[in-house]
Amino acid sequence: MIPVENFLVLAAVLFCIGGLGVVLRKNVLIILMSVELMLNAANLTLLAFARAHHDQHAHAFAFLVIAVAAAEAAVGLSIVVGIFRTRRTVQVDELTLMKH
Amino acid sequence: MEEFPLHYIPLLPLAGAAFCLLFGKRVGKTITTAVALCSVFGSGLLVASAVRLLHESPVPLTDTFFSATWISAGDLQLSAGLTLDRLSSVLCMIVTGIGFLIHVYASGYMAHDEGYTRFFGYLNLFMGAMLILVLGDSMPVTFVGWEGVGLCSYLLIGFWYDKEANANAGRKAFVVNRIGDFGFLLAMAYLFSLTGTLKYAELPSHLQTLGQTAWWGLPAAFFFGILVLVGATGKSAQIPLYVWLPDAMAGPTPVSALIHAATMVTAGVYVCVRLHVAFEIFPLTLAIIAIIGALTALFAATIGVLQRDFKKVLAYSTVSQLGFMFVGVGSAINTPTSVTSNYQGAIFHLMTHAFFKAGLFLGAGSVMHALSGEGDITRMGGLRKHLPHTHATFLLCCLAIAGIIPLSGFWSKDAILGGAHAAMWLPKGTGGAEVFFAHHLGLILYLILLATAACTAFYMFRLYFLAFWGEFRGTDEELHHIHESPASMTGVLWVLAIGAVGVGFLGIPDVVSSGGNHFGEWLLPVVREQAAEESAREFWTLAVIALGASAAGIGLAAALYLHGFSDQVRAMAAAFPSVYKFVYNKYYIDEFYNAVIVQPLRWISLGLWKVVDSFFIDGTVRLVGGLTLVVGKVVRYAQTGDVHHYVAGMLAGAALVFGLSVQLGGCHGYKFAEAASVATPRLQRMPRREHVTPDNVPLLPAVPGNGLIR
Repeated sequence: MIPVENFLVLAAVLFCIGGLGVVLRKNVLIILMSVELMLNAANLTLLAFARAHHDQHAHAFAFLVIAVAAAEAAVGLSIVVGIFRTRRTVQVDELTLMKH
Repeated sequence: MEEFPLHYIPLLPLAGAAFCLLFGKRVGKTITTAVALCSVFGSGLLVASAVRLLHESPVPLTDTFFSATWISAGDLQLSAGLTLDRLSSVLCMIVTGIGFLIHVYASGYMAHDEGYTRFFGYLNLFMGAMLILVLGDSMPVTFVGWEGVGLCSYLLIGFWYDKEANANAGRKAFVVNRIGDFGFLLAMAYLFSLTGTLKYAELPSHLQTLGQTAWWGLPAAFFFGILVLVGATGKSAQIPLYVWLPDAMAGPTPVSALIHAATMVTAGVYVCVRLHVAFEIFPLTLAIIAIIGALTALFAATIGVLQRDFKKVLAYSTVSQLGFMFVGVGSAINTPTSVTSNYQGAIFHLMTHAFFKAGLFLGAGSVMHALSGEGDITRMGGLRKHLPHTHATFLLCCLAIAGIIPLSGFWSKDAILGGAHAAMWLPKGTGGAEVFFAHHLGLILYLILLATAACTAFYMFRLYFLAFWGEFRGTDEELHHIHESPASMTGVLWVLAIGAVGVGFLGIPDVVSSGGNHFGEWLLPVVREQAAEESAREFWTLAVIALGASAAGIGLAAALYLHGFSDQVRAMAAAFPSVYKFVYNKYYIDEFYNAVIVQPLRWISLGLWKVVDSFFIDGTVRLVGGLTLVVGKVVRYAQTGDVHHYVAGMLAGAALVFGLSVQLGGCHGYKFAEAASVATPRLQRMPRREHVTPDNVPLLPAVPGNGLIR
């Protein structure tokens, strides 16, 4: 049986990749994808603990996260489309109107 | 104690004041006049009916409207009530009687004034406050009236407030009066801390307490008396607080007559007599009162000699006459068995003075009315042909104040002179340094008052001759405008003049005609008469001396001023220019107070303003505001608008919070090894759903056969 630590390490690695993607990439689409990666890393953690503890409740949380992620993707993508229509760009470093 | 609805006496004028001030403009002058006059007349009728009861039996009438609930704070439980005994009845009659006359006069005098309704509102307010002052059964109630009349005085002195001098005079009166009021307040607090009561009627049962030594071997009554005296000097314009009264003449003349001559300024005398039992404990307090009174009397009279403003002369005369009353209050005779003082003389003079001084002021008003407001006596003269009624009444009042037999001033002034002559503040036979109080002081005060009486006669007749005799010294245009005042004014002048002639007959001393002293008899239930043993011969000796002094004053005035300013006057003024200037400028007392008190206070205030307020307080506020601004200016550069920076910040923050919570033990990290080995029965009993609760609840270890998945 694969020990739970392996799942956790994998989840942590995925979370960090996602986090770095959010922080470093300029393209909004890629940032959204990175956010998805972070959310799924969290899912993986939940499921790993569920397995370790023989507790089914975490599955419900994972489903909830998936639903939220889907909604977020829908809203996020439509915002991106809206931004692209007005600004003709999806590069976040060009979208800096909200500064001092 | 008999009940009587006394509270209607002040309430009627107060209601009149409310009506005049709220609706006066809307309803017009006629209705305002009617309401103002009727309210005063109504309260006068009430006083009259109460006085009838008092005439039958001297038992004071009372009216308690707040029993023990007026002021309730800790140990302090104050009730408020009114009481009318024979002393306050005299004041009430003066206030409502003369007040009513002056209301009638003012309806003519102020007829063309824009602030007519406001004026009558204030005047009625004053009547209400003065009646509360007089009727109060305890010091706090009196104090309500005391402050009320001070307020009205301020409002009416500055009645024509668009002239700055008038507004300043009002402010000066208010501020100077505050000093006195503070003394009165302290007196109340001191009395309460000593005896636990502030009611006049309960005072005699606490004399023991008041007689106890307080500081420096002096009894508490002495300090109490001095504090009351401070209050009295403020209200009654005595040294050192008299300076406000001459300036108070900036107000309309009916105000000067009512408030600053006949009624309000006598409040200090009244309060001293009201509290006489406290003063009698330590008669030297009375000596201080008498000394202050005598000095004020002479001081003010000498200033009055050279003043050129009609009303200013009368103002100094008022200060001087109030000094007479204080001497009356303070002229005690201390025998081993009793202490008595000449309160009756003081109140008697208060009453006669109310008549003749109101008459004089209203006469002055009539003169100024005829001359379109001119008040400078160097620009008058010869008015007796043009103003016959004013002239006749003014002459009668002048003769009364000069103390010519048999006018009222003669009897009352003589009562005070005789009282001072007989006064002994320590029993006969006292030796050592105190012999001064026992034997000499009375005579000294008597001589001072005699000089003052001569002075009074001189400056009053100087005024009279300069205004009514000789040739007119104003312009021709003014001469054409001169007209006698309307009947509402001259009628009042005649009533007051008749009073000035007649009221003295109420108090003819018993040595002259046995049983003639109705006034003293009336007051007897409240204050005993001064226990002087005076024979008719002594009385007439003193009377002739006083008459001689008055006659000398009148004669000198006639010689110098009968035809205007004579050459001798000019020669004397030229011979002693420095003396002349010194007296004419009122001994530079105002300048002295200005330099010693007002200016230092200004500097202190300026320092407080510039240093404490502007620098420290405002500075602190500005510092806080400035710091916030600076911080904001720096920190706002973090707001780049770039999403990456925000995300990085958020992640860093989250990591920091997580790391800190682990470090500080707020969050139990998951320990696999421990979790596997620990299995407590308590945890096993917990329901399953608890296992997903936050991480500070110890997690259930993996126990074989316990879970659903294996």
